[in-house]
Amino acid sequence: MLRVRVASRLGGFSLEVDLEAEDRSVLVLVGESGSGKTTLLRSLAGLLRSDAGMITLGDEVLFDGATGVMVPPESRAIGYVAQDYALFPHLSVFENVAFGLRASGVASGPLHERVDTALRRTGVLDLARRRPHELSGGQQQRVAIARAIVLEPRLLLLDEPLSALDLKTRQGIRGELRRLLAELPCVTVYVTHSPTEAMAFGQRIAVLENGRISQQGSRDDLMRHPRSAYVAAFLGVNFFRGAMVDARGPGEPRIATADGEFAIADPRQESDVALVVHPREIILSRERPTGSARNVFAGTVEEIVPEPPAGEHMRVLLATRPPLVAEVTKESTEALGLAPGQPVFASFKATGVAVIR
Amino acid sequence: MRVVLTAATTVLVAFLALPLVSLLLRISARQLLARLGDPVVLDALRLSLVTSVLATAIVVALGIPAAYVLATRAFRGKRVVEVLIDLPMVLPPTVAGFALLMAFGRMGLAGKALSALGITLPFTTAAVVIAQVFMAAPFFIAPTRAGFAGVDRRLLDAASTLRASEAFTFFRVMLPLAIPSMVAGMAMSAARALGEFGATITFAGNLPGTTQTMPLAVYVALQSDLDGAVVLSVLLLLMSFGLLLGLRSAPAGWFWTRAGAARPGR
Repeated sequence: MLRVRVASRLGGFSLEVDLEAEDRSVLVLVGESGSGKTTLLRSLAGLLRSDAGMITLGDEVLFDGATGVMVPPESRAIGYVAQDYALFPHLSVFENVAFGLRASGVASGPLHERVDTALRRTGVLDLARRRPHELSGGQQQRVAIARAIVLEPRLLLLDEPLSALDLKTRQGIRGELRRLLAELPCVTVYVTHSPTEAMAFGQRIAVLENGRISQQGSRDDLMRHPRSAYVAAFLGVNFFRGAMVDARGPGEPRIATADGEFAIADPRQESDVALVVHPREIILSRERPTGSARNVFAGTVEEIVPEPPAGEHMRVLLATRPPLVAEVTKESTEALGLAPGQPVFASFKATGVAVIR
Repeated sequence: MRVVLTAATTVLVAFLALPLVSLLLRISARQLLARLGDPVVLDALRLSLVTSVLATAIVVALGIPAAYVLATRAFRGKRVVEVLIDLPMVLPPTVAGFALLMAFGRMGLAGKALSALGITLPFTTAAVVIAQVFMAAPFFIAPTRAGFAGVDRRLLDAASTLRASEAFTFFRVMLPLAIPSMVAGMAMSAARALGEFGATITFAGNLPGTTQTMPLAVYVALQSDLDGAVVLSVLLLLMSFGLLLGLRSAPAGWFWTRAGAARPGR
């Protein structure tokens, strides 16, 4: 169990973070560059000293600003995979992975066994004698992970582990990495700027905005109840703020936003509310729909983006007012012949609009 | 543009090569070999080799920790220490030799204490080594320090997250990665020690067999035996040339193979 409550000031930037992560779980820390992800990760590793707060791992205090406790990185039971992997260029793959064991004085017999096991787990055993410069990006990434997990860390820190890879390698390695991380008994903190990776890896996701955690929760929580437009945009859901239209009149309850009105299922008492329309609730059609959908918006297709990880869905960005994102199956994209610039109708039921405070 | 560059470079190279070629043309290979057995030449050659190897060893042994401290630590008065270390590079060697005499001479600051112990340094072979160390140290420390400072910060971070102590990281990461720079510095300082003249003659004197190194023997031979001077000069030239050329030809990977094979001390 990892508990973090730290505050740091670096020049004009301030980081203030409060989060927790369980053993045997992956916490994804997602945010744009400059949001403070790497700063936070380096604080967890002990490479950076926070100004105040506390970091505990299990019952061990790694950092306590009040008492001045600061466990140096080499004394923390962590594994750290840097964004560029930072493999030692002058050492073979085997020696890179053995580095931490040698530093801890592990005897030769168990050392060979543990290095081999780690290399086998990450699928690079046959590369043991190579040098880092002879490896592809994907192979380097596996070696870096083997080097971190061979020490059986209680906290594994991954800084954008896939971002240095090309798209094709990334897709291949993502599934493997996810399976590997799921088997680890430690707390894993996974930093990324990619919403796709956040969704793929995170049981829990914490969104970092300008040095603050704007929201943390399970994947579903974030999808269903994004608490800021930033989170919604990040996760690719439709998020609007609006006000209840006077509900005493006849007809269904409605909410007015700056860009138009939405029909909702149940009236709300509060006047200021937020709306979330999940992209899968939106149905696309070439003709104006005649069915029961109460919300219909006309516009054109702006862009079609395949939705990873599996790629069986397509994310369709619509130039409607308000702008909407729909998610449809690949088959229906083809059936409808969707292409950028093409006129289209987007419709969804009143029950498809989630109203949150 | 290209013409100017080519012309300037050609002029410079010709200017540097002309004296060396003139020297080589003064003597045939047979004459050179014939004079090699000459006791004056032999004594000077042996003394030069022994003292410059010793001086280089001392420079390396003391220079590595100094270069490491300068590359990794910040402390008060660091700038003064840096200047002190660099100073022999620009100081006239005779001034350096005179200063050494003031320090280690019979009446000198350290010399008094040493002579109380029965140790006299000036005009001994030890004085030759001291003069060479003094003059050659900066040529090793500067590139070695740059080599340590140039080790990628991210590798050091990686090492510390892999439970490595500072000493372990030094032997396993810093040292092997700085080896190309260290070898460059070693060759430079060995060549400097080999060619050292002014500080040696001032501090150690010019005693054949004891303190008369090759550059000193060249100077003496010039007054009486021009052929002997040529032989000694050509030998010095070939040794320095070989030292620097050998250094340039070794690829970084060769050093790493060595370093990778070596086991760090605990």
